[in-house]
Amino acid sequence: MKVTPIRGATLVALCIAAPGIAEAHGFAGKRFFPATLATEDPFVADELSLPTIFHQKSPASGDEPASRETDFSVDMSKRITGNFGIGIGTTYKVIHPDGDDTQHGFDNLEASVKYKFYQNDLHEAIVSAGIDWDIGDTGARRVGAESFSTITPGVFFGKGFGDLPADMKYLRPIAITGQVGVGIPTRSSTTTISDDGDIDVERNPHTLEWGFSIQYSLPYLQSFVEDIGLKAPFNRMIPVVEFAMSTALDRGASGTTGTVNPGIIWAGQDIQLAVEAVIPVNHRSGNSVGVLAQLHFFLDDLFPQTLGRPLIQ
Amino acid sequence: MIPMRRRFVLLSIAAVACVAAAPAEAHAFLDHALPAVGSTVHESPRSVRLWFTEPIEPAFSRVSVLDAAGKSVDAGDSHVDSSEPSILAASLPVLAPGTYRVKWRVVSVDTHVTEGDFTFDLKP
Repeated sequence: MKVTPIRGATLVALCIAAPGIAEAHGFAGKRFFPATLATEDPFVADELSLPTIFHQKSPASGDEPASRETDFSVDMSKRITGNFGIGIGTTYKVIHPDGDDTQHGFDNLEASVKYKFYQNDLHEAIVSAGIDWDIGDTGARRVGAESFSTITPGVFFGKGFGDLPADMKYLRPIAITGQVGVGIPTRSSTTTISDDGDIDVERNPHTLEWGFSIQYSLPYLQSFVEDIGLKAPFNRMIPVVEFAMSTALDRGASGTTGTVNPGIIWAGQDIQLAVEAVIPVNHRSGNSVGVLAQLHFFLDDLFPQTLGRPLIQ
Repeated sequence: MIPMRRRFVLLSIAAVACVAAAPAEAHAFLDHALPAVGSTVHESPRSVRLWFTEPIEPAFSRVSVLDAAGKSVDAGDSHVDSSEPSILAASLPVLAPGTYRVKWRVVSVDTHVTEGDFTFDLKP
């Protein structure tokens, strides 16, 4: 293949800045971290999730009838610099209570910023910090969109175990990612008045938003540990279990809600497909198992010279 | 007036179609190698050959083979196959039994850099 002068010069420049290139969509050294569905990623990237679909049936509980909920989400993240990125997303919710009209509409918009401040390629480690902003009053109340905003500063990390000794080589494909943050509502309580004139005051506690994922990368096993002969599509699969939790901290609230999501991520050259079961961790988190699925695009691979590169090199 | 839900679905389909139609060139991942990743061979291989998932740039892609002491033992002729631009290869002299590490770093044609390493054992 010929290298033209312009292309050669570009490649030389890019090779000099190689660490910045290799970091695209979740690399730390030879470790590729896939985009997870229920927990925040530890890296900044040019990516598009379109759509993420969530479906869950809920049995009747108290005065609440049984219902089916289906959510369609879109999220996009964009690198401003190699280490700093922004994100925006929204969800269209369809809630169908048994014996009642279907409610549908957009949930609140979500915006985020993230800065990756640490990366160690040898030890396959990444740490980032960021702020997520659930923008109040931008969604439809009928589907539960809050009238107030919640701002969640957090820290996100990823660590691959490729640095384990040779006698533990089959554990090298394991990686963990995680997040911890504090959800800060901009309003301490929400007052609603029913049609009957009853006043209901709901307090909005601060919450500890935490979660992690455990991954076993079959591509890592095949490419860096031992070729066990897996063929497509299995050679690009990453079994994963995500834990997405929220713990109320104050204002009379307590306890933890969340889900455990076992699933499979298939990471292709330009896209990623994923499906997970969504299992509530306790009765307060729900009563039935849901399904979460996602089609995810690596914009840095699809549009490497335009949309898929940092705005500021 | 198109209902909001239908509009969202149509916009989503249009966006997916636009993205899917993009001329994609991606990171070059190691697909397989000879000697195979983590394998044990019983004859000294004449070369090491790596197959990548994408074409790679010959000028900026390298593979080397190191012995257990970290000393390079390949012939120093790392090259991309002229007829198949996704194959990276290097010649090897007759090797003594031992564990060898294959280190590679490649640039795919869209300038993405990937790197990695693996070992193979040579036993009599």
